[in-house]
Amino acid sequence: MPRNRNARVAVLGSSVQRAAASGPSSSTRSSPTRRRLVVVGLVLLSLTLLTVSFRSSALDPAESFGASVLRPFEIAANRVARPFRDAANWTHGIFNAKSENEKLRKRNAALQREVATLEGAKQENLLLQKELHFAQGPRFPKDYDEVGARVLTSPSTLAQSVTISAGSNQGIAKEDVVITNQGLVGTVTKVLGNESQVMLITDQESNVRAVDAKSLPAVGILDHGSGATSLVLDGVGKDKSVAVGDLVITAGSQSGSKLASLYPRGIPVGFISSVSQADTDVYKQIEVQPLVDLSSLESVLVLIPKAGTK
Amino acid sequence: MSSALDVVKAVAFLFIAVLIEVSVIGAYTPLGGTADLVLVVLISIALLRGSVFGAFAGFGAGLLIDTANLTTLGFTSLLLTLAGFWTGRYGETTARDRFHAPFLAVAVITVLYAFGTLALNAVLGEPAPADAYLSGLPATVLLNLVLTWPVYSLMRKVFPPVDVFDRVHDVRLLG
Repeated sequence: MPRNRNARVAVLGSSVQRAAASGPSSSTRSSPTRRRLVVVGLVLLSLTLLTVSFRSSALDPAESFGASVLRPFEIAANRVARPFRDAANWTHGIFNAKSENEKLRKRNAALQREVATLEGAKQENLLLQKELHFAQGPRFPKDYDEVGARVLTSPSTLAQSVTISAGSNQGIAKEDVVITNQGLVGTVTKVLGNESQVMLITDQESNVRAVDAKSLPAVGILDHGSGATSLVLDGVGKDKSVAVGDLVITAGSQSGSKLASLYPRGIPVGFISSVSQADTDVYKQIEVQPLVDLSSLESVLVLIPKAGTK
Repeated sequence: MSSALDVVKAVAFLFIAVLIEVSVIGAYTPLGGTADLVLVVLISIALLRGSVFGAFAGFGAGLLIDTANLTTLGFTSLLLTLAGFWTGRYGETTARDRFHAPFLAVAVITVLYAFGTLALNAVLGEPAPADAYLSGLPATVLLNLVLTWPVYSLMRKVFPPVDVFDRVHDVRLLG
């Protein structure tokens, strides 16, 4: 029987061709030159954008426009995801409800006792301040207006920042302080027309002057901790009294300091979760658990100083 | 050039992936890692449609991410352009007909993307918590690999394989 020579027999030396650039199968095939030109062009374009965007604010209007276009879609995505997020939180809450309830009851009783004590001290403090003509910086929340904004994006491991749905058109400026009704969130780092970028207190670059509310000499700088959601109160001397469970609040500006703190005094930040000290360390090692769940923010308040208070 | 329909489909899928990533997924960090849906979708598309398509898709997706996060424009574009191009080349050459290709591409690109992000941050003088980022990298790779199978299967249906390979297409047989 003669061999079938029509198929699957290739011989070296016979003419071999690449398919011509026509027909449906070649629609996505590209010549090496074109391929290189495209990738080099796109890389150069990216580098140009990167350079211009990094060095100046020339691209801010374009970015602002793009962000405005994306905003309704981001809000829609958040709304779609919300029931799933709520379900996950609810399930998590169910498992922790009993132990948390017990803990909160104890804390509530302790706080009620403390409020009663502090009320008298507050009145006395106000009276003494008046008599001494005590000068101090802007006070929270009295000297601030609040602008509510929706959180549009989630923070990532590398960049602990979020985009919010309010910008210069709503009166927001760079370095405005951002909070929720639970506590401190961060500061505004970039402002566009209707959007702003907020650097969270867990970011590498964030530093907040803070103090143990129960031990006022225990002032330190709140820095990012080992985990993405933990904070460290650094610079508190070993002689200062600090305990687990104490509330940490913003300390405001140091009297006589030329560099004023961005954060007014008295904004709750978190609870001290652990305290330790080693013989070789100069300061105590204090870990703080933020009051606000910064990984799932939905809305925030931006503090805008009232005229003449900044 | 790729068909207009492919472009429309790629834009739609990458747009949705970017929205899900910046609005929803970023908040969840199981085991310290974060699933990168955009990267997995991009890799799937680049494997199925080649290097040029992958580079353009990466550039567009990166630009969207930078715009949504109000970060430096061009940062993510640069990384995703290179990711899309490299994956596309892999798809055009050695990855053809290989079952493990999407998984291998996702694992390798996820690691390279992480190091690329850190390196670019270092070049720009931006702070980058390398310890926290890299300690979550194994979990990120794992999560991306988990996403690869459903995402690649879906993309394969949406972008039916066409001949994007650099191979000999016509052989004259001896009579």
